[in-house]
Amino acid sequence: MAGALLALLPLGYLVLRTVEAGDRVGAILTRPGTLELVGRSLALVGTVTTLCLVLGVGLAALVTRTTLPGRRVLAVLLALPLAVPSYVAAFAWVAAVPWARGFVGATLVLTACTYPYVYLPVVAAMRGVDPAQEEVARSLGRGPWRTFLTVTVRQVWPAAASGGLLVALYALSDFGAVSLLQFDAFTRVIHTSYRASFDRTPAAVLSLLLVVLTVLIALGERRSRRGLEQTRVGSGVSRRSEPLRLGRMAAAAATAAVLAVLAVALAFPLASLAYWFVTGLSAGVDVERLVTSTATTLLLAVLGALVTMAFAVPIGVLVARHRSRATSAIELGAWAGHALPGIVVALALVFFGIRVAQPIYQRTPLLLIAYAVLFLPAGVGAVRASVAMSSPRVEEVARSLGSRPLDVLRRVTLPLAGPGVAAGTALVLLTIMKELPATLLLRPTGANTLATSLWTETGVAAYAAAAPYALALVALAVVPTLWLMHAQGRLGESGESGDPCEPPTSLDQPSDPHRRRVP
Amino acid sequence: MNLRRRRPALLVPALAATALLALAACGSADAPASGSTGAAGSSSGAAAADGDLVIYSGRNEKLVSGLLDQLSAATGVKVSVRYAGSSELAAQLLEEGDATNADLFFSQDAGALGALGAAGRLEALDPALTATVIDGYADPANLWVGTSARARVVAYHPGQAPEAAQMTSIDAVLDPRYKGKVGFAPSNASFHAFVTALRVTKGEDGAKTWLERFRANEPKAYDSNVAVLDGVDKAEVSLGLINHYYWFEKSAEKGESAVTAKIRFLGSDDPGALINVAGVGVLKGTDQKEAATKAVSFLLGPQAQKYFTETTFEYPVVDGTPTPAGLPALKDLRSSSVDLNKLDSLDRTLALLGEVGLT
Repeated sequence: MAGALLALLPLGYLVLRTVEAGDRVGAILTRPGTLELVGRSLALVGTVTTLCLVLGVGLAALVTRTTLPGRRVLAVLLALPLAVPSYVAAFAWVAAVPWARGFVGATLVLTACTYPYVYLPVVAAMRGVDPAQEEVARSLGRGPWRTFLTVTVRQVWPAAASGGLLVALYALSDFGAVSLLQFDAFTRVIHTSYRASFDRTPAAVLSLLLVVLTVLIALGERRSRRGLEQTRVGSGVSRRSEPLRLGRMAAAAATAAVLAVLAVALAFPLASLAYWFVTGLSAGVDVERLVTSTATTLLLAVLGALVTMAFAVPIGVLVARHRSRATSAIELGAWAGHALPGIVVALALVFFGIRVAQPIYQRTPLLLIAYAVLFLPAGVGAVRASVAMSSPRVEEVARSLGSRPLDVLRRVTLPLAGPGVAAGTALVLLTIMKELPATLLLRPTGANTLATSLWTETGVAAYAAAAPYALALVALAVVPTLWLMHAQGRLGESGESGDPCEPPTSLDQPSDPHRRRVP
Repeated sequence: MNLRRRRPALLVPALAATALLALAACGSADAPASGSTGAAGSSSGAAAADGDLVIYSGRNEKLVSGLLDQLSAATGVKVSVRYAGSSELAAQLLEEGDATNADLFFSQDAGALGALGAAGRLEALDPALTATVIDGYADPANLWVGTSARARVVAYHPGQAPEAAQMTSIDAVLDPRYKGKVGFAPSNASFHAFVTALRVTKGEDGAKTWLERFRANEPKAYDSNVAVLDGVDKAEVSLGLINHYYWFEKSAEKGESAVTAKIRFLGSDDPGALINVAGVGVLKGTDQKEAATKAVSFLLGPQAQKYFTETTFEYPVVDGTPTPAGLPALKDLRSSSVDLNKLDSLDRTLALLGEVGLT
């Protein structure tokens, strides 16, 4: 409950600011630019999300369902763009390619940085689904393409949709990339309003509008997977589907496509950073600051992830097991916080923090709470999905055998949620490492993360000096990315190892509980 | 389900609770590595110890941390500095209200100081102190004082627009030959100040006409002055409207020979040669008034003024400090300078930019 209230803090703050504004609200909302702004932002979100869904599902299919050469290595590499902060990628593109600006540039960069949100859960889902349905479809005369589109995609849709939601909210709330790429999205205008006029009212009104859009998008996602989420108790045979044999031409084309994605999303930004790094070497690297920034980033990310998950686990279980209007509202409220620009959440915590939590204001605990507010939904989503996949029957059985409710929670529900907790933790770790605006305003005085050091260097155009921080950030973020992949992939791998005790994993994937036993 | 698998799920919340408790219990546990501010007198880690002068600095750490270390050494005032963007800090200070820990706000531009002053968040400074700066570089009500000055300039690509080396009026950028070839940073505070200067010199109608013609020439919007200069340097645009010191920063970073772009200081009486200031204000309700006054006094003193000219390539605001090498004397530009006190009508400027469609 405390977690849910926490997540609603920014909303409370925005409502307060908006109410203060009184009749100016109407004027701000009906400004000629506002509607255009909504349209532009939605166009970006729609395009990026669609591209990510296509890329994510397509690439996942290539590495899990075909004989693509080198697919094991490629499967891992394709997850790594998640470790590249979008503002770093945007910077690399802006510096090197003048036309990569505006809508095209923003679409390119955001798609390249966020498609793994779809790709990762879909890979896990594709490895996990029972091939029987596909085989039935094939045996009834459907061709491979139609089978893929009508059966396989349908089976992995819940996984893809939840990833798509993360992508959509990322695209909606991102500021760093759209600002560098000069695309006038919602967040850029919210920032300009702070920056230009020091007037917090238009920013608050626009942020609330952003929240409304977010809730609509989240509702849309929920509707899109209604009826597709499955839990099964006892099911068919545990086996992998027969991979599609790619002919020589098809394999070459598929390899080229995968390499192209990797080149754009991974190789290019890394090469740019490496170039800057080398050109700046002569000036020397501030090793001490690099080391302390890395240590601070790591410490804050780990603590932040722990705090976030401490709130996310109970909420995730509650939302999955007790569906009601109240829990739905809690979940949607949490998503709303996720779509707000970091600066808005930071100012909300400044407002409340200095009034009710002065002793921890601008100290680590409040910063960790800010991370929890910002990234709670990612954790809740992962936990909810993995709890939802396990059938409540398992818990009922445990209860009927005499376990008390708390014991059931401890011995059945939470262990089943384990992989979801792991995936959520990895995701939260990853996003905290890259966070900038809230960290800047709420960090303990003098503490620097890799992101803040990067910001400091680029602020004086010291790109070469900034490169080591960016590289360190990417290197650090690779760890939770791999962990995320591992957590989400555990189900798929367990199919190979044949471990019958392995619990199910992954976001929103149709369950495969035949490998699960009541403890 | 084996035990090994089960443990992490339970450990996570338990550990988190422990960590939170531990952190809440002892605030000093949260000193995760101090930044490079840790020179004499700068305290890092936990929120400022009692007795530290807490400075919110919108000026970049790279540019002023050395100066603030000097401040500590020279005045004996222990400082604790928080760095972020000027406007973000102004918003933060406004949200914090009178509960703020901050004693001093060191801003990149006068606009943020003006906003805090207008909201009643700044304490009046000693008039004797503000009187030391060149006329017009302090708030008339003494709520803030400028500490260094910067000139608006036209950056140009010598290959694409060699004639810009002789440019004397900002009106020249309206020439159709620069269609789509002028870079500017519409969200930047110093651009807004320039537009206000246009209004002061040309009148409201004249400024509107100028901006409409400027827009019709399809200027290219960039995110920051830094990005504008990069654009000129790479010949994406031929001209860029920036502040003079960005060019010097870039030269310092890359070596002067590696920077293609050049800058042109426009003639007197031209709004395109506007002088802006960075400055400081003391927060209302500070419990460090004496230390804050010492700090302001240091920033206006010869050591700090010399630092600005030599390290950040800015103009001093106190008469008698030599101008940095390679810059035209401030007094030559100053004759042109618009009364900075008229620059506080930011609302009107922003409204005008909105009307014209240059935001």
